[in-house]
Amino acid sequence: MTLAALWVFFGSALGGMARYLLSNAVARRIGETFPWGTLLVNVSGCFVIGALAAVTADNGSIAGHLGAREFLAIGFCGGYTTFSSFSLQTLNLVRDGDWRRAGFNVTGSVVACFVATWCGFELVVILSEKMT
Amino acid sequence: MGALRTYSIIGLGSALGGLARYLCGVAVSQWSGQFPWGTLLVNVLGSLVIGCFATLTGPDGRLYVRTTGRQFVMIGICGGFTTFSAFSLETLQLLRAHRPTAALAYVLLSILLGLTAVWAGHIAARKVNR
Repeated sequence: MTLAALWVFFGSALGGMARYLLSNAVARRIGETFPWGTLLVNVSGCFVIGALAAVTADNGSIAGHLGAREFLAIGFCGGYTTFSSFSLQTLNLVRDGDWRRAGFNVTGSVVACFVATWCGFELVVILSEKMT
Repeated sequence: MGALRTYSIIGLGSALGGLARYLCGVAVSQWSGQFPWGTLLVNVLGSLVIGCFATLTGPDGRLYVRTTGRQFVMIGICGGFTTFSAFSLETLQLLRAHRPTAALAYVLLSILLGLTAVWAGHIAARKVNR
């Protein structure tokens, strides 16, 4: 369990840094009227975790590799994606009276992230079927 | 080396947040059954904390914290502690387990409680600030 915790620790460190890098880059390009950076990070992270889930579910080989799930899924994807920034940014939009963008952030994030997770999952399923 | 320091601070915060999330998950899974209470807990709690901290250390805040400190807590710890990926995956897994009601309840609870929590944290901090 201690080793698993270490994998999570380092995976999450990398995920957080990647999140900061990307959302910063997006903010500099598009500005911060709408939290596109967080949305992009969350959607991409969900795609990856969906794909990882299909890999582990299918043949268990990744699950057999000690620490892979802890490092990649719980660690990296968990640290990379964020619910707190999503919440805070939604709140700030509401406080600015921008209910439209706030509503779009909520529904957009939930829907896009779910679809991304599903796509990542199905993509791996399709690819592994093609390879067997 | 401003950027290196910033990334290190954020990385450390995210690492600690992620570790805390993992430990919470392990603890909660003892009794949570087949519903992702663990993720719900960390997302709601993390939203409460960020809402409170942001206002407490903000422009009208009572607490002075440097930018790096704010980044450490908000982008680092809260960012690492909470997760959107587990939330989405668990929703998908509930649907694949033919539990659409549970999936919908999970989404609604996460959003409603999470947003209420961030707002509650903000309000509490605002009271302290005054």
